[in-house]
Amino acid sequence: MYGRKVKFRFFFVVTILLILILTTFLVLKSLEENVVYFQSPSEIKNIAEIKKNKIRVGGMVKENSLSMQSTVINFVITDFKNEINVTYSGAVPNLFEEGKGVVAEGFLKDRNFFSATKILAKHDENYMPPEVKAALQEN
Amino acid sequence: MFKYFEPNKIFSITSKAPKYVLILFIIVLSIGLIEALILSPEDYKQSHSVRIMYVHVPAAWISLGIFSSITALSIIGYIFKIRNFFLISKSLAPSGFVFNIIALVTGSIWGKPTWGTWWAWDARITSMFILALFYLLYLIAWRIYKDDEKVFKITSIITILGIINVPIIKYSVDWWSTLHQPASINLLSKSSIHTSMLFPLMIMTAAFALFSILIFLMKYNTELIKIKNKGLDRL
Repeated sequence: MYGRKVKFRFFFVVTILLILILTTFLVLKSLEENVVYFQSPSEIKNIAEIKKNKIRVGGMVKENSLSMQSTVINFVITDFKNEINVTYSGAVPNLFEEGKGVVAEGFLKDRNFFSATKILAKHDENYMPPEVKAALQEN
Repeated sequence: MFKYFEPNKIFSITSKAPKYVLILFIIVLSIGLIEALILSPEDYKQSHSVRIMYVHVPAAWISLGIFSSITALSIIGYIFKIRNFFLISKSLAPSGFVFNIIALVTGSIWGKPTWGTWWAWDARITSMFILALFYLLYLIAWRIYKDDEKVFKITSIITILGIINVPIIKYSVDWWSTLHQPASINLLSKSSIHTSMLFPLMIMTAAFALFSILIFLMKYNTELIKIKNKGLDRL
């Protein structure tokens, strides 16, 4: 029905697309460590050696772990399997609180202790008015 | 069949339609803005800063949608040699680029009060930034190359390279740990945005889509005038 040239161009485009998808997949796979924005406490537990460079650790702020003494803030980041203690001094974002997501940027002292230079709050995909949230909590 | 679009017939539509689309756009945008800024409730966690979502999310959707359309049109246009499809793509691109920039800028403004940073090189934000670069390449290519055959090929290549990035943008928040939160709206599951906030979001999406159509019609109209001036009777 279609001419040979049309068929040729069709298969040419399909081949290019397949090659591109494969290349992108392989590149992203090998770069995975750099693509992730932060590591979880479990991943920190399993790292082979503690490097001096800046890293990010993310997870939930453990309930009842937050303590503030003058300018120093201590809390625990958990992924519900492993935990890591974080110490930080400075301003925190508005959404930073217990039981909510957090990403801490800084230096690893050892596998259980992290010294943060920057705190970012990570929020979830749920959006609702305060009344609805209150009603949900009552149930 | 695509080869025999009559420029005169299309021209009579594209020259009259913009003013009606403009009126519709103003009406829908007004309703959307009133809903988004005044009538919709504040968020239980983010309070009023959630209102940035009503600009940020529609802008991101439209820019992704337009890039996908441009790619589909360019590929079909390349395979079947349909000149008209390239002109449609060319006319669609500017509004897609503008909405991409709007999504990046509003995301930055939203990020400061919620996350505590203007910018983070996480997978979602970086891939969205790369999309803007592809839009830029695409628009520049149309400016640089004047020869039709050449510019059709080059813009097709740019869109094919860029389209690989689109699923990466979509799934970046699921594949890797990112600072950006996962998608709230999925076709298959219940949305995690409350209905009272979903409504203004949809109205704003409609308004932005109308704006894209408006800009498209005006750009496409110019392309048709250029063709008329060259004295070609068909596209």
